[in-house]
Amino acid sequence: MSNKVLMKGNEALAEAAIRNGCIYFFGYPITPQTELAEYMAKRLPKVNGVCLQAESEVAAINMVLGAASSGVRAMTSSSSPGISLKSEGISYMVGSDLPCLICNVQRGGPGLGGIQPAQQDYLQATKANGHGDLHLFVVAPASVQEMVSLVGRAFDVADTYRVPAMILADGALGQMMEPVDFDAALSERRELPEKTWATNGHGGKRKKNIVNSLFINPDELEKSVLERYQRYAKIEENEVLYEETMVEDADIVIVAYGITSRICKSAIEMARAEGIKVGLVRPITLWPYPKAALAKAAETAKHFLVVELNMGQMVDDVKVATNCRRPVSFFGRTGGMLPTAEDVLAEIRKINGGIR
Amino acid sequence: MTTEILLAGFGGQGILFAGKQLAKTAMHEDKCVSWLPSYGPEMRGGSANCSVIISDKEIGSPIINRPDVLIAFNLPSFDKFESKIKSGGILIANSTLISTKSTRDDINAYYIPATQMASENGLEGGANVIILGYFLKLTKLFDYDKFVDLMVAGIPATKTKLIENNKKALKLGYDYN
Amino acid sequence: MAVVFDKPHALSPVPFHYCPGCTHGIVHRLVAEAIDSLGIEGDTIGIAPVGCSVFAYNYFECDMIEAAHGRAPAVATGVKRTNPDKIVFTYQGDGDLAAIGTAETVHAVTRGENITIIFINNAIYGMTGGQMAPTTLPGQVTTTSPYGRNPIVQGNPIRVCEMLSTLDGLAFAQRVAVDTPAHVNQAKKAIEKAFKNQIEKKGLSIVEVLSTCPTNWGMTPGDALQWMRDNMMPYYPLGVYKDVDAK
Repeated sequence: MSNKVLMKGNEALAEAAIRNGCIYFFGYPITPQTELAEYMAKRLPKVNGVCLQAESEVAAINMVLGAASSGVRAMTSSSSPGISLKSEGISYMVGSDLPCLICNVQRGGPGLGGIQPAQQDYLQATKANGHGDLHLFVVAPASVQEMVSLVGRAFDVADTYRVPAMILADGALGQMMEPVDFDAALSERRELPEKTWATNGHGGKRKKNIVNSLFINPDELEKSVLERYQRYAKIEENEVLYEETMVEDADIVIVAYGITSRICKSAIEMARAEGIKVGLVRPITLWPYPKAALAKAAETAKHFLVVELNMGQMVDDVKVATNCRRPVSFFGRTGGMLPTAEDVLAEIRKINGGIR
Repeated sequence: MTTEILLAGFGGQGILFAGKQLAKTAMHEDKCVSWLPSYGPEMRGGSANCSVIISDKEIGSPIINRPDVLIAFNLPSFDKFESKIKSGGILIANSTLISTKSTRDDINAYYIPATQMASENGLEGGANVIILGYFLKLTKLFDYDKFVDLMVAGIPATKTKLIENNKKALKLGYDYN
Repeated sequence: MAVVFDKPHALSPVPFHYCPGCTHGIVHRLVAEAIDSLGIEGDTIGIAPVGCSVFAYNYFECDMIEAAHGRAPAVATGVKRTNPDKIVFTYQGDGDLAAIGTAETVHAVTRGENITIIFINNAIYGMTGGQMAPTTLPGQVTTTSPYGRNPIVQGNPIRVCEMLSTLDGLAFAQRVAVDTPAHVNQAKKAIEKAFKNQIEKKGLSIVEVLSTCPTNWGMTPGDALQWMRDNMMPYYPLGVYKDVDAK
């Protein structure tokens, strides 16, 4: 028997954050992520941390901004509508070069939408989670174990490059229980830069620090954006994560992330049993995107199939990464509906018929 | 081998707890396991269900569309899911609240008046554990004693009455014919 | 030669960008004097708002954070909760504190966050060029109330100290002005007390400073001060609205 415990994704993520040194949480209740905040409310007072239920999502992200300015690891979590509200603060944190962790346990949209699992915030998370030129480090776990193991990675990348990180999960991952091994998730540690920029009182020992996203002179603002994009380039170079399953001989390569990738794995197994050569590229980081892996897959695959819980938000990324060398099909359900493995298999068969 | 178990009933019938006991026991036997609940406003007095998948290999989709085993705690759940049971699968129905019988001849259907048994034995709210006992007997999925140990381990030791009641309920179900 | 007047240490040696006759400069100095006299510069983190005082992060020698419009109390909460022994203050205008940031203000107060808020009320949006503020008086002409603020159309002004005084988390609220030497002295005492309260962990203290905006009011600095006395003081009476020590 290993050190496994059975935990909900939301709770496991919260515990992982604490184990990665984040004892400051600011949030606002919203289904289906609320267990995360509840777990923090129970645990953080016992480790001399702070869990504060803010008056709004907007206030919560700004509390994170204040806490992160102090140089501590801080986080907030929400679900889709709440993330939209946090966009303001996220943009300010990017502009102020503040690391933090934001968790989005996605639900159906737009608007109030629904509360069932969705991946409809892909474009928001990867392209424009706020105004201005910006990126977050975005990871998409596919299991409760990854809800845990990616937390440390997200904080480390955030601290290394001074960028906010986002865990883009969904209602199913947040709500489901799976065995988790926390010790296995803590294995790799990296050297992190000292937060000499923190505004925690200069104590007469250094010059004052300023945390700020305002650059009234355009040349200064441009310079600051360009400098940030140099860091983004390093993230794209060093921090891409993905998983490949049976891609080498695959005629059809499915591209799917998060909970959807699991449904696809089941479908791939069925298709292989029928003799259809299907593989999977699962982006684990959604930004930076695993462009090279897809470009490589395009050398051997004949057809790509993007499967998502939205209307095809990732399709363009696959087309760009593969330079449109192969046809890219899309299959998805939206609004909180989940496809079955059989549904995906039917799409695979359709494409396979075309290939032959 | 993969076993997909769907537990469904009213919110408050202990569906999620029952599912969790199965998942926990499977985990302790080093199986791969996933437990996925329904959630949201429908849980407030409405229907609740949870999907438990137990497998020797990594679990793909945690969603169950065609269960190997359906444990139906009430009539709406029976109506909704009975037709979805895999051919050759198992239905366990709480016959206190489900008056109809399955007409399918390709499944093994079992009936237990769990809610009635619970109230007759002073085990209000214990129908879920009674059904678990019956499930253990029918499926032989887990060792009975091991299951009891793990269930008891999840209850604070100070709650001796609760521990006794759960043990009693499990046994009632296990011994039901 | 004896030095009879000097810049407080906590005030940065840079020129202000404020318009001639604007009272921000006086209030900045009073805040810096309070920081100096309490010897807390090295322990203090200030939060600048959006508005005319958006560059306040350049004017104080303590660590500074620039917050989004209205969010300063939430940012201050994050700072204070991670550094309970440090001194945290926000410096906010009326649009920032009483319009776009009302929720953050009210909830920071009701939680009793142990911070200090310096609130500049000049009844107008200065930075964006003279639009109606939540504290713009009935009848007052602004670029977005060009026919005078009509409460039936544009609603009524907010009396911030009075409103916040109903909340349990508030330790101290005083409305002051900086139009005369006597009032400046009074304001200085209030601001010092608001910081001292924080050191003594009494809860949230707010000092509302009635201020002028000669540029956007379209007046000379002298006329602006008189207009403030004639029009703002009757609507926003000076005084202590709450003091936990007074009981």
